[in-house]
Amino acid sequence: MTNSIDINLEIWRQKDSRAAGEFEVYTLQDISTDMSFLEMLDVLNEKLTREGKEPVAFDHDCREGICGMCGAVVNGIAHGPEPETTLCQLHMRHFKSGDTIVIEPFRSRAFPIVKDLITDRSALDRIIQAGGFVSINTGGTPDANAIPIPSATAELSMDAAACIGCGACVASCPNGAAMLFTGAKISQLCLLPQGQKERKERALSMISTMDSEGFGNCTNERECEAVCPKGISISNIARMNREFVKASLF
Amino acid sequence: MELNSHVPEGPLAEKWDKHRFSAKLVNPANRRKHKVIVVGTGLAGASASATLAEQGYEVSTFCIQDSPRRAHSIAAQGGINAAKNYQNDGDSIWRLFYDTIKGGDFRSREANVYRLAQVSNNIIDQCVAQGVPFAREYGGTLANRSFGGAQVSRTFYARGQTGQQLLLGAYSALSRQIKAKKVTMHTRQEMMELVLVDGKARGIITRDIISGKLESHSADAVILATGGYGNAYFLSTNAMASNVTAAWRAHKMGAGFANPCFVQIHPTCIPVHGDYQSKLTLMSESLRNDGRVWVPKKPGDTRNPASIPEEDRDYYLENKYPSFGNLVPRDVASRNAKEQCDAGKGVGSTHLAVYLDFAEAIRRDGEATILKKYGNLFQMYEKITDSNPLHEPMMIYPAVHYTMGGLWVDYNLMTTIPGLFSIGECNFSDHGANRLGASALMQGLADGYFIVGTSIANYLGSTALETVNNNQAEFSQSEHNVQERLQKLLRSSEGGPEGKFTVDEIHKELGLLLWDHCGMARNKEGLEKALLELPAIQDKFWNHLYIPGTGEELNQSLERAGRLADFLEFAEIMIHDALDREESCGCHLREESQTEENEAKRNDAQYSYVSVWEHQGEGEQPKLHKEMLTFADVTPSQRSYK
Repeated sequence: MTNSIDINLEIWRQKDSRAAGEFEVYTLQDISTDMSFLEMLDVLNEKLTREGKEPVAFDHDCREGICGMCGAVVNGIAHGPEPETTLCQLHMRHFKSGDTIVIEPFRSRAFPIVKDLITDRSALDRIIQAGGFVSINTGGTPDANAIPIPSATAELSMDAAACIGCGACVASCPNGAAMLFTGAKISQLCLLPQGQKERKERALSMISTMDSEGFGNCTNERECEAVCPKGISISNIARMNREFVKASLF
Repeated sequence: MELNSHVPEGPLAEKWDKHRFSAKLVNPANRRKHKVIVVGTGLAGASASATLAEQGYEVSTFCIQDSPRRAHSIAAQGGINAAKNYQNDGDSIWRLFYDTIKGGDFRSREANVYRLAQVSNNIIDQCVAQGVPFAREYGGTLANRSFGGAQVSRTFYARGQTGQQLLLGAYSALSRQIKAKKVTMHTRQEMMELVLVDGKARGIITRDIISGKLESHSADAVILATGGYGNAYFLSTNAMASNVTAAWRAHKMGAGFANPCFVQIHPTCIPVHGDYQSKLTLMSESLRNDGRVWVPKKPGDTRNPASIPEEDRDYYLENKYPSFGNLVPRDVASRNAKEQCDAGKGVGSTHLAVYLDFAEAIRRDGEATILKKYGNLFQMYEKITDSNPLHEPMMIYPAVHYTMGGLWVDYNLMTTIPGLFSIGECNFSDHGANRLGASALMQGLADGYFIVGTSIANYLGSTALETVNNNQAEFSQSEHNVQERLQKLLRSSEGGPEGKFTVDEIHKELGLLLWDHCGMARNKEGLEKALLELPAIQDKFWNHLYIPGTGEELNQSLERAGRLADFLEFAEIMIHDALDREESCGCHLREESQTEENEAKRNDAQYSYVSVWEHQGEGEQPKLHKEMLTFADVTPSQRSYK
């Protein structure tokens, strides 16, 4: 059922990475509950533009929950209140008229704020560059069916591979850890036969890059799993820790 | 403009081999002396960057997102085709080639399409070796499913996230080369201009999206992998930042633009529901494996779908096309949905939707099986519409999805500008007038992993190139022009927003004009009307646009305005192209050209060509060139999916 609601917004505004930021308050009327959260921000930005004010900068691209570009902390929860939902897939039907919605960027030591809700998450790319791949060149690979993989193994690997790299896990972790992100990539590859050759180096290199980029450590808060839009399980962190211990000792 | 396709001589099946043998090479030790620029990091751009770096070239790669992993290839859901014939159901390279060229309604080049089918199998091998977790059978072999326009099961998939997994595979290969310092990755950089030196592509001007600073980058060759132009319509399934700018800038520097009117309208998307809508969401075509498309038989039947009995339902695709049923190609499915809605049988509050019903499949296979196949799609649908497809049929409607048109390229994927290559959706080469499902991923990776490397070696090995650096006159002049263009965009914003329009307001106006007159069905009168109405929108844009902020900072309104400026110019050749092509073919239905049964009527005698448009200067009519299509190995037939 389509309804309209009136909402109050408190949004973090910060001119650039060096400026001090602050919350600004806005109100929006007649917001259709069929609208997505980002469409609501579009409406706000159109309004601000027409008033000669600066619109709120936020990252977004595919708007179908897969590119991992969007994300903000909504009322204290990364990507907002709906489980397994990116911000672009959150709809206004989950809010009530009169609600105050507080919107902040994904804050973490390793994610400097660029402007308003935009942060710099390039540290995640550097973790992948440290070893989140199988070292093969293009061409000369064996026939795809020459590497049989049990369906259950492929599915388990796929569960981990579903990570969209949005950084919500980092933003929600009290320690600013990227262990769900890193654990997911290490798991995807260590579960598959293709990932065996570099299994040790991968775990050691990705984990040391994770540390040097300023991410924290896991203390089993499980906040990352709770906000992950793709439902990635913290069992991937446990697997990563086992990989690390094995790679360090044997 | 000279159009030489450089298709090698000899039998179709031997052309690619022969070409690879006759193509020039660059000695491994010399490759590091050559710098190649790649713009875009989707399947084509990421795979090309990684492959060229592995071969030893020095690669500079650019993307507008914060990470190369976010390119819109990531959103492809259903799968990737290959002629593996793992299902032993009669598939072959020849059949994949034939299906693709027939699916494209015989408006693509035989040699390119055949090569695509040939390398399709290598792609699957490559991706599996990278650790892409494709779906498997219980015995451990790869699983397949069917897609529209084919009667074999040749589509490989990773749940409903195939594009994501393939892109992450290419991104991981790219990441490895970034670590090896063979690729210099530039994120949040937008290409603003192509730079030519001595008539050859030698670099680009980019804008740093965060600081607004312009940068010059020089190279020996430039590869554009910047995707399609579906966002000209404002509403499409493309990502918000997808745009035509890189391709359009190249066009204005002399690259021919081919078949701009060929725009695929995808049949299974979530219908539009409000004027605030920012994009449309695709529901994978794979759903048509199990979903049945229907509308009420009686126009204006507003009963709840569950209370409409079987005898009052029209499963129009199954009835009209018994041999392909719900799996007819996309253009046919889209047109039929429009036809049903035009006849007043559309469903939902806007009456611009048809049902896609899983009730029978759920009865047959059980909820668990259906959820295993489509769970994430059902979930996405429910999030957006608040309706659960397990209990109610989905409502779907066609939406702009993919653009078959693009920069004209020869067999080497080189544009009409020497040294400028175009790969993936950005070129026109393989899909003719209609792309079959699961073929975009195939083409992007074929171009990037297996084809463009040969082309780059051939070009660099056979071309004498002067040393160029990025502070010479051509670059500073080009930077200056970009700066002026940005200033021009901001000019009308002085004095505040009163009486002015926002970027999105004007973009929506352009989108509506194109959707109404250059959308699913086109006619001369409508297209001429669109050409007459376009200048008023362009005038509004250049004289009454309001952009807050400046060019020397992160300014998302200015970014969008720059892209819209190019869409507004591009729209013109799109309409001209649709006007010129007085036949129906593939996605392009000219209402004047239909059979008695209202099916699209192709006209091979007059229109068996690729339209290639040449820029003639500001305000001048673009010039049409024709690459005649010849078919030596297949006989163009009227497509029939009955």
